[in-house]
Amino acid sequence: MSAEGSREALLQGNEAVVEGAVAVGCSFYAGYPITPSTEVAEGLAARLPATGGTFLQMEDEIASIAACLGASLAGAKAMTATSGPGFSLMQELVGYAAIAEIPFVLVNVMRYGPSTGLPTSPSQGDVMQARWGTHGDHPIIVLTASSVREAFDMTVKSFNLAEKYRSPVILLLDEVVGHMREKVKLPAPEAVERLERIHPSTPPEWYAPYEETNTGVPPMAAFGDGYRFHVTGLVHDRMGFPTQKKSEIVQGTNRLYRKIERGFREICMTDGVGLEDARTVVVAYGSVARSAQQAVEEMRDQGKPVGLLRLRTLWPFPRAAFERILDGVDDILVCELNRGQVYREVLRVSRGRCEVHKHTRTDGEMITPAEIVRALRERI
Amino acid sequence: MRTEIRFAGSGGQGLITAGVILAEAVGLHDGKYVVQTQSYGPEARGGASKAEVVIDDRPIRYPKAQRLDVLLAMTQEGCDRYYHDLKPEGVLILDADLVPTAPTSAALAVPITRMVREALGRELFANIAALGVLAGATGIVGMEALTAAVLARVPKGTEQKNRDALNLGFEAGRSAAASPADEPEHDEV
Repeated sequence: MSAEGSREALLQGNEAVVEGAVAVGCSFYAGYPITPSTEVAEGLAARLPATGGTFLQMEDEIASIAACLGASLAGAKAMTATSGPGFSLMQELVGYAAIAEIPFVLVNVMRYGPSTGLPTSPSQGDVMQARWGTHGDHPIIVLTASSVREAFDMTVKSFNLAEKYRSPVILLLDEVVGHMREKVKLPAPEAVERLERIHPSTPPEWYAPYEETNTGVPPMAAFGDGYRFHVTGLVHDRMGFPTQKKSEIVQGTNRLYRKIERGFREICMTDGVGLEDARTVVVAYGSVARSAQQAVEEMRDQGKPVGLLRLRTLWPFPRAAFERILDGVDDILVCELNRGQVYREVLRVSRGRCEVHKHTRTDGEMITPAEIVRALRERI
Repeated sequence: MRTEIRFAGSGGQGLITAGVILAEAVGLHDGKYVVQTQSYGPEARGGASKAEVVIDDRPIRYPKAQRLDVLLAMTQEGCDRYYHDLKPEGVLILDADLVPTAPTSAALAVPITRMVREALGRELFANIAALGVLAGATGIVGMEALTAAVLARVPKGTEQKNRDALNLGFEAGRSAAASPADEPEHDEV
């Protein structure tokens, strides 16, 4: 059933991911089903072939991400979806995509881990794995969502950022958002922004797939377009061939970081409630931000100077949003479904300018608004 | 006003589908804000399963049910585990055969599964009948909206049986709510 156009529909977060992917022009999906992400595969299995795209169910997660990288190199907007155990298996090729600068979108609907864990219970335990799951220094873009509509919007964003920055993008949902159904009105297809990767304007014989550019993002040819180029996980020169020259090693790695750093303002997305006058700020993301918003709204109705800073981007860590509030607040309370992964980042960026506390939950259940209100009452 | 409904049973009884249909009825046909969530175990069938629907006139933040206005239980375990989440004035609806031990005399016990099996030949439609009972007993959702939502969801060729199951449940729910079985009959004293 299509939810495109302006008709209202009751959709799951995972179904909204499907709609977002189709709307932004995703034409390739390869994956291996796993709870709680399976509805993404089910939806695209129905939608992609109908729109001329390709859906592949692979033999495992490693093959799935490999197929996505191949499809992207051939010019397709590619995506896979998984959950914790599959995300672990995919890590090696996330690094390959980072160093070979292959755009693609990986949706990880987080479940309780480690290992098989609690397949049907929510968690936000993969925040650090999304950042550092693959080895070596590398930048990565990681987005998240708190509602069904936002799952649609952030899927669109994920593809657009992947294509614009030639980078893997991870959309980190949690089981609650993935499985929750809400009434949504999705935008008409023509109202959805679709960014395309920059194709080389040089003739094939002049093409350097990893050349320096102003933005740090080299144009990307598609295999089959007549441009021959080499792709490798080895550190490479501007032509894509392995190098051990110090100057080329440093230049290549620095460019990977520079291209993302130049985009911080666009990539690092946050929003908030009451940040203009809050003395105590709750930091939350994903499904927990819903509980946090209810708690903050309840307390503001009672005249308490509390606020919410909601992280829509987790990596690069949205430090600028913290810099804007740090000097005006007494306390920050980080709420998350893990033992304090974003909490550690907030400690790092706050550098002692305010108190930082955490309220976490790791029993497979969501944090409730009442818990957050209680935690806030201890502070003010 | 926030209204919270929970369907509790075991995997395979169709309660998540019932939750989705209820959410579509109140959200798409009655125009309210609605969020539907679910929780179930790793088993494909047989494990404890619940579906929740939260209805409100304003946007819903916290999506889960905590203090129930309605608990509809299709297993004894589901009833026992969640009965304490019911508000004092909340409505408890039970499948009379599958939940033999009611925790309160105020429960509306309707033999939902048996009723459907006897009238329609198969238990398959029990979840739709349960929705009918909910509508008949509480009025939380209108029958017009519910019928439209059921017909939009069920497989082609099963419309009439689903409609029959819904109506069967509605009548049973309405009469159960009108005269709770265990109410003392003072007139006869």
